[in-house]
Amino acid sequence: MTSAIGDGPAPLDLSGITVRFGSFTANDAVDFSVGRGEIHALLGENGAGKTTLMRVVAGLIIPQEGTIRIDGRPVRLASPLDAAAEGIGMVHQHFMLISTLTVAQNVCVGIAKAGRVFPDLAKVARDLEEIGARYGLQVDPHALVGSLSVASRQRVEIVKALYRGARILVLDEPTAVLAPQEVDGLFRVLRMLAEAGTAIVFISHKLGEVMALSHRVSVLRHGRLVATKPTADTNPAELARLMIGEDLVLPTVDGAHTPGQVAIETRGVSLRDELGVTRLSDVSLAARSGEIVGVAGVDGNGQQQLAEILAGLQAPAAGAVIMASPSGPVDVSRSGPGRRIALGLAHIPEDRHHTALVDMSIADNAVLDSIDRPPLARRGFLAHRAIRAFATRLIAANDVRCTGPEQGVMTLSGGNQQKVVLGRALAHDPRVIVAVQPTRGLDLGATAFVHRQLLAEREKGAAIVLVSTELDEVLALSDRIVVMFAGRIVGAMSRAEVTLERLGAMMTGQAA
Amino acid sequence: MSSSEAAGPSPSSALAGRSEFVSSLLAVVLALAVGAVLILAWGASPVTAYAALLDGAFGSWNSLGETLLRAIPLTFTGLAIAIAFRGGTFNLGAEGQLFLGATAAAWVGLAIPTLPAPLLIPAMIVTAAFVGALWSLLAGVLKLRFGANELITTIMLNYIAILFVSYLLRGPLQEAAGYLPQTERLSANARFPALIAGTRLHLGFLLALAAVVLAHIALWHTSWGFKLRVVGLNARAALNAGYNVRLLTLSAFVVSGVLAGLAGYMEVVGVQRRMIENLSPGFGYTGIIVALLGQTSPFGVLAAAILFAGLQVGGSTMQTASGVPSTLTTIIQGLVVLFVIGRGAVDLFLARRGAK
Repeated sequence: MTSAIGDGPAPLDLSGITVRFGSFTANDAVDFSVGRGEIHALLGENGAGKTTLMRVVAGLIIPQEGTIRIDGRPVRLASPLDAAAEGIGMVHQHFMLISTLTVAQNVCVGIAKAGRVFPDLAKVARDLEEIGARYGLQVDPHALVGSLSVASRQRVEIVKALYRGARILVLDEPTAVLAPQEVDGLFRVLRMLAEAGTAIVFISHKLGEVMALSHRVSVLRHGRLVATKPTADTNPAELARLMIGEDLVLPTVDGAHTPGQVAIETRGVSLRDELGVTRLSDVSLAARSGEIVGVAGVDGNGQQQLAEILAGLQAPAAGAVIMASPSGPVDVSRSGPGRRIALGLAHIPEDRHHTALVDMSIADNAVLDSIDRPPLARRGFLAHRAIRAFATRLIAANDVRCTGPEQGVMTLSGGNQQKVVLGRALAHDPRVIVAVQPTRGLDLGATAFVHRQLLAEREKGAAIVLVSTELDEVLALSDRIVVMFAGRIVGAMSRAEVTLERLGAMMTGQAA
Repeated sequence: MSSSEAAGPSPSSALAGRSEFVSSLLAVVLALAVGAVLILAWGASPVTAYAALLDGAFGSWNSLGETLLRAIPLTFTGLAIAIAFRGGTFNLGAEGQLFLGATAAAWVGLAIPTLPAPLLIPAMIVTAAFVGALWSLLAGVLKLRFGANELITTIMLNYIAILFVSYLLRGPLQEAAGYLPQTERLSANARFPALIAGTRLHLGFLLALAAVVLAHIALWHTSWGFKLRVVGLNARAALNAGYNVRLLTLSAFVVSGVLAGLAGYMEVVGVQRRMIENLSPGFGYTGIIVALLGQTSPFGVLAAAILFAGLQVGGSTMQTASGVPSTLTTIIQGLVVLFVIGRGAVDLFLARRGAK
């Protein structure tokens, strides 16, 4: 395949790439190329094989079959060093930076160009500033990486790749961590780099961004390449169909709303973090059976802490958390998650790797919070057959794409991991669900699935607290919406009263 | 596909994960290979030396008995460290727990020497286990109450325990003759019968085997073991799943201390027949290597304990037969540690070759 834009052989040309993990085929004879000065978007749902393909390019995975050509020359990329030597620069979703070092020091790590034993940091800093000026990538070479914002760190990663001589730049879902204005800034930089001749691979599952930025777009589904088209010749609806293989409508909550009794509430809850900074002050929130209460707000305004207090991972400094029980309301402020789970609480935490999943099999993760309950364990002994059966049901009910209950959960794609977390949380008919960013990083199909599940639980009478920074999500699902700003609830409104202007004003702390 | 896949296996790491057993075996083989080079440098034949080593370790009933005898305390300390590790804690205090458990058991045996064996032996076992557990629990409480790192506290507690035992053996518990820092001999009721006639191998070996099986069942077939492993892998997820993480952590310290205390008991009743000052040549520390080489699995620990015991026992035969100093076996032990820790690099190398 030759490129649509540049002349001569494509800087990067993959043909027939096949990667198998055991019996699972992550990439099935995929062809992909990117030309000089081209921005080629790689689109696909979670688990479609995008990241696997790019890990092949990065030298992190050696494919079982297929050829990689750089400028028309077949190469073998057996390590990230090989990839870097061929001019391939990666910007991973999770930044590969050391937060206690400065920007310049980070750039020097592992490369001879900066000086073998004692890197010439002053020269590196000058080079970085020069690169930054050329492409509008302002970074302070002397700043500690730990003190930088997420968007700045991403710029550091790009500058680092350029400093190392990258002619082919691969960005894995670079906008997932950025605010809207920051996305615009990133796009300006990428366009400038493309004009200067850099070949860019842009991995995403956001259709709007792909349409706005790319020259060509390739769609992966279940490990196969289903289409490669010039972006001008396609449209979002077609891309969505190619991605998921069907037309998709995101569900929304219906208007009818007859909530029951209060199932969980906080009364005047306050919290200080370990540095003494007030994170929550006087937060009172109640969720009734059969309703979804959306907690909106700009990230970092106390939603995370409120969710942890509801789930029992943190104890409030002041105030109380009350849960309904068959024998009346119970103060659970001082009890941990165990007591609350017994009272019917399910928590879908924001950070599934740190809070929800353990590096064990899918089956083990499926029974993590119910391992003491018969029939999964009897008299303290595990009933392996019952555990396996439970996991098999969970996998089927939630359409977890895997090779079986014994597969390691960490080898699943993010969307499938989230399905395991969701399936586990909903497996025991929860009375209260605390869901935090339940669709972050998920593709459209998985997002729709999560939304349908939450709505179904609402129908069954669960009280749901939905914390999300995605306004679309909060608006689509919530019966009531509260807005948090600077650790306080600054406004509450029913679904009918919501206007975007009001919401926006509250989220920025301007009005109630 | 999302970030999570970064944590997933590539085909190369899947190859590596195929069997932890293989990589442990590889570490041993590599260590022996480097040892062979050292033997050559010494001017001896590796074949002769290793043949003598093997013969000295397993070549006769007597040598086999000596090897398995040496494997008993290593199995117990190896299990102690493996279980603590599974629960996410590093018990480097097995040595001190071993000394205190042994001393306490000896004290019970000497205090009521005429009690019939079926009562005296369990009384001594329970005492050794209890005291070992208490000493380990101290480190656990320091960790949970004050956040004191158990890597440091357990090692410090070793010094306290061992010096305290020295004091006891030169003072209150010293033999009447008063020459050596040791207790009186235990009565016949307190001793273990020999397992194979004509060797020193005693009943304790069967107890070590039982401990391995029990540890395996506890880790893989009970909900306690399940939760302990979850805590060890991700304590925050364990908390979120409703586990009593503090209690589980303490239980890891307790079980670990019990096993270390039993290691000391075995040496007292099976080998020395009394408590002596130099009871252990570092079983508590070698146990760390045993746990590591055994991939913190109970049966792996057993195999590693027998291997290390064989190296130590066969070393002197090797020295007699081939002139190679028996300290070579210490070097081989050290190399095994290096290669086990360097496993990742070895796996990577194999994956590369496999992919070519």
